[in-house]
Amino acid sequence: MPTRVLVPSGVLGLGFDRDALRAGIERCPDLISIDGGSTDSGPHYLGTGTSKYSRASTLAEWRELLEAAAGKGIPVVLTSAGTCGTDATVDWMVEITDEAARLLGRTLRVATLKSSQTNESVELAFAANGISPLAHGPELCGKTIGNCTNIVALAGIEQIGAAIRTDADVVIAGRATDTAGIAALPVLNGEHVGCAWHGAKIGECGALCSTRPMSGVIEIDFDEGGCSVEPMAAAARCTPGSVSAHMLYENSDPIRLQEPGGTLDVRDAAYRALSDRRVRIEGSRWLPSPSYRVKLEGAGLAGYQTTALVMLRNERYVANAEAWASRLGEFLEREIPARTGFDPETFSVEFRLIGINAALGELETKGNLPNEVGVLFIATSETQERATEIAKLANPFLLHFPLSDGEELPTFAFPFSPAESERGPTFEFLLNHVMELDDPMDAFRLEQLEVGNGARR
Amino acid sequence: MARVGDLVDRVRSKNAGPFTVTLDVFCGSEDAFRQVADLLPNRAVADAFRIAAEDLDRHELPDLNVIKFSFPRPHVQGSRLDRDMHAAQFAVLLEEMPVPDR
Repeated sequence: MPTRVLVPSGVLGLGFDRDALRAGIERCPDLISIDGGSTDSGPHYLGTGTSKYSRASTLAEWRELLEAAAGKGIPVVLTSAGTCGTDATVDWMVEITDEAARLLGRTLRVATLKSSQTNESVELAFAANGISPLAHGPELCGKTIGNCTNIVALAGIEQIGAAIRTDADVVIAGRATDTAGIAALPVLNGEHVGCAWHGAKIGECGALCSTRPMSGVIEIDFDEGGCSVEPMAAAARCTPGSVSAHMLYENSDPIRLQEPGGTLDVRDAAYRALSDRRVRIEGSRWLPSPSYRVKLEGAGLAGYQTTALVMLRNERYVANAEAWASRLGEFLEREIPARTGFDPETFSVEFRLIGINAALGELETKGNLPNEVGVLFIATSETQERATEIAKLANPFLLHFPLSDGEELPTFAFPFSPAESERGPTFEFLLNHVMELDDPMDAFRLEQLEVGNGARR
Repeated sequence: MARVGDLVDRVRSKNAGPFTVTLDVFCGSEDAFRQVADLLPNRAVADAFRIAAEDLDRHELPDLNVIKFSFPRPHVQGSRLDRDMHAAQFAVLLEEMPVPDR
């Protein structure tokens, strides 16, 4: 029996084409799978355990999906709930699901899969040599693990499969690999394992593998010999080119993709057009690994920041903006410790010259002069109070600092009063590692509950 | 002088996780693929990003007419010195790379 999975879009919160979703639902998929997370927006979300998307847009979109699915009795799987997939964002999604179910007048059975790890459990695994680094990751020590405010493990098909097997209406999973929510059911159903993972990778960003990336909705049919991919928007097409190109996306290696429990190898995969909009994939291989390992993500506090923006429009200052910023930086590095007594090891000040090289820094190759330069000043320190104290100390110099000692004091353009803005805590990614597990469920927790009208909670 | 971006359909850069950047050069044709593969030795690409050549992974995909480069991010995504959260503007450094006249 083939397995049909419908992917409404690359991420919950990005929106989808309503007609395409309706068309996909009409074709009676066995499962609707959507991802809710990514590290792409930076370490803040994992560091704080919060979602990138607004609650209102998440509720509106989720309600629409649940309504469409519940009408046909199709189970829905959400992986990496709330951007970072911590326990806190799984709970946030459960609460949103409860509200959506009440608005729809329904009771929904929910299975939650939680992926958060305690610092102590990861420290124990590290001490027992159960943690290994991935490429380009930071050096790990017990202190690094302790500095993480949140650590999550990425679930694979075993854990998502266990949640699906509860027969819940809705699975809300914490952090998982981008593919696991799509590949789990076909593998459970005995479809071709290599093509289950490959089809999942192709479909994980929704219609990004089609000629209309913004249309969102993709259908993947899995069977014992391979899988077939088709977009649900009338104007969209999948071609062997559009589908195979997606193996490149956000992958450092276009041939092999490491997943919990093994590696997908697409070296011998073949892409064939079944029509002008449907593509068949066969020949992908799944290479099981000798041990079961899950990836860890962790983020920790890296200080507090206060920023200020000032604009240089005077031609001479625009032409000499880099020299000006470097002279002001040297001045502040002397003055800040002298005036505040702060240890220079405990703070930093930086300038980003918008118009000159703010995006690329020292890698910039162009030297054209702009009309004006925006100077983004960034103070980072151990507390918010200190970062703001530094920015306030810098304020009169950002406004009036001269290029040389003997000249009249210039005055630049501040857009705001106060000139400084507190950015709050800043976080950094601290882990790029895998953790070995004896049993895939060892680092994860599965729970069942009811939400919505008349729910027993 | 022509630039790499003039010869190809598109150059895309993106994070591949917080610690790695990946760059895809979509050449568009077999001719462009061959020409650009010769014009972009690993050394030139590594120099543009100021990384060691041995840290650069290169994948040539003739079926897709794509050349892919992956390397460690100059600064970890979102760390204090990082300037581009999605690493999406790194692509301009390859697009704008001059092509020697032949």
